[in-house]
Amino acid sequence: MHDHDHPGTILPDIDLRVRALESLLVEKGYVDPAALDRLVETYETRIGPRNGARVVSRAWTDPQYRAWLLDDGTAAIASLGYSGRGGEHMVVLENTPSVHNLVVCTLCSCYPWPVLGLPPVWYKSAPYRSKAVVDPRGVLAEFGLALSPEVEIRVWDSNSELRYLVLPMRPEGTEGWDADRLATLVTRDSMIGVGLPLSPGAAAPPEAA
Amino acid sequence: MNGGQDLGGMHGFGPVRPEPGEPVFHADWERRTFALTVAAGATGAWNIDESRHARESLPPADYLRASYYEIWFLALCSLLKSRGLIGSDELADGRLRHPPRAVPAPLRAAEVDLKLARGWPADRPAPDAAPPRYAAGDRVRTRVGAPATHTRLPRYAVGRAGVIERCVGRHVFPDSNASGRGEDPQWMYSVRFDARTLWGADTTAASVTMSCWEPYLERDA
Repeated sequence: MHDHDHPGTILPDIDLRVRALESLLVEKGYVDPAALDRLVETYETRIGPRNGARVVSRAWTDPQYRAWLLDDGTAAIASLGYSGRGGEHMVVLENTPSVHNLVVCTLCSCYPWPVLGLPPVWYKSAPYRSKAVVDPRGVLAEFGLALSPEVEIRVWDSNSELRYLVLPMRPEGTEGWDADRLATLVTRDSMIGVGLPLSPGAAAPPEAA
Repeated sequence: MNGGQDLGGMHGFGPVRPEPGEPVFHADWERRTFALTVAAGATGAWNIDESRHARESLPPADYLRASYYEIWFLALCSLLKSRGLIGSDELADGRLRHPPRAVPAPLRAAEVDLKLARGWPADRPAPDAAPPRYAAGDRVRTRVGAPATHTRLPRYAVGRAGVIERCVGRHVFPDSNASGRGEDPQWMYSVRFDARTLWGADTTAASVTMSCWEPYLERDA
């Protein structure tokens, strides 16, 4: 990982400043260094889009779970062990042949942490936040995705504690696949709405945690 | 507030640039800033809405130029200073000059998993509260206003007609909670706006849906 080649864009000495702040907060007893390490480890290794992929693939294989997920996303997701910070109130959005859902947070970076982890840089960036809400097709084109003009695009501006997970359509040609195998086709981007699941036969791309 | 954070519908930022195989953090200072912000927030010295407000209060030119975790860092410093938890002189070099103050609940390592899994729910059910004013299908309009204080109603949706999709529940009202007026729970709704009422013909969306608290809304004639 390229740790030191990203200085701040308005604070060139951000690296030093953060170190100074951390030592101060530890010395004052406001934060526990071991808690900081656990937080980093959690979001680098334990909580990420593989969680969401398990939710989606379960919904693809279990109609009862799917109905529960669409009715009470928070409870159905918690039943798989994913809950809490950044996902206290979950709504699951079902894609269909005629409806495609896309999630953005125009005001900041609200994102469903327990199922997708921390948001990627592009999700938090001005280009995405400004454009997704008015020209989602233009944004999808930047991700290489062109949907039929007949498909209605519903945008969800995630402006507070209600967080959204897109339930993409199960790919064709996966009859008989079990949930674990299906989960390998579920990409992070397909659960935000800027992509589709992989086709069977395509290898899962490397994704953070 | 109509600050640098309120980006919906602005033009000129260029294309979205996805990064294949993106790491969770791009530098160690990002890692530390993230953890410090979550740990400091978990102490209860401020709430999530005050934290958002601190980020959004950066001067727009700084907000737009800064990287994401720089915004977090600047907001964290400002919250710590405003609560008297650190002094500006200490921030300059990290040397302790003032004794610590008590914080409500420092986050200990052993509690991290449990506290994250529990989260900080924002719903505040109250059986004896006045019932919600609107029901699914009701036509509403967002009130016109330009509060200089915190709000979650983006400016592109101010004064626009929409339809109540559902009442989500009684939730903490960010506008109050960020401004020292307490949680002041209000009914929160999912409101769907036809994209053409927001953008006329200049949109490729069918609809835009967001959370609106009851004080944002009035009945549409």
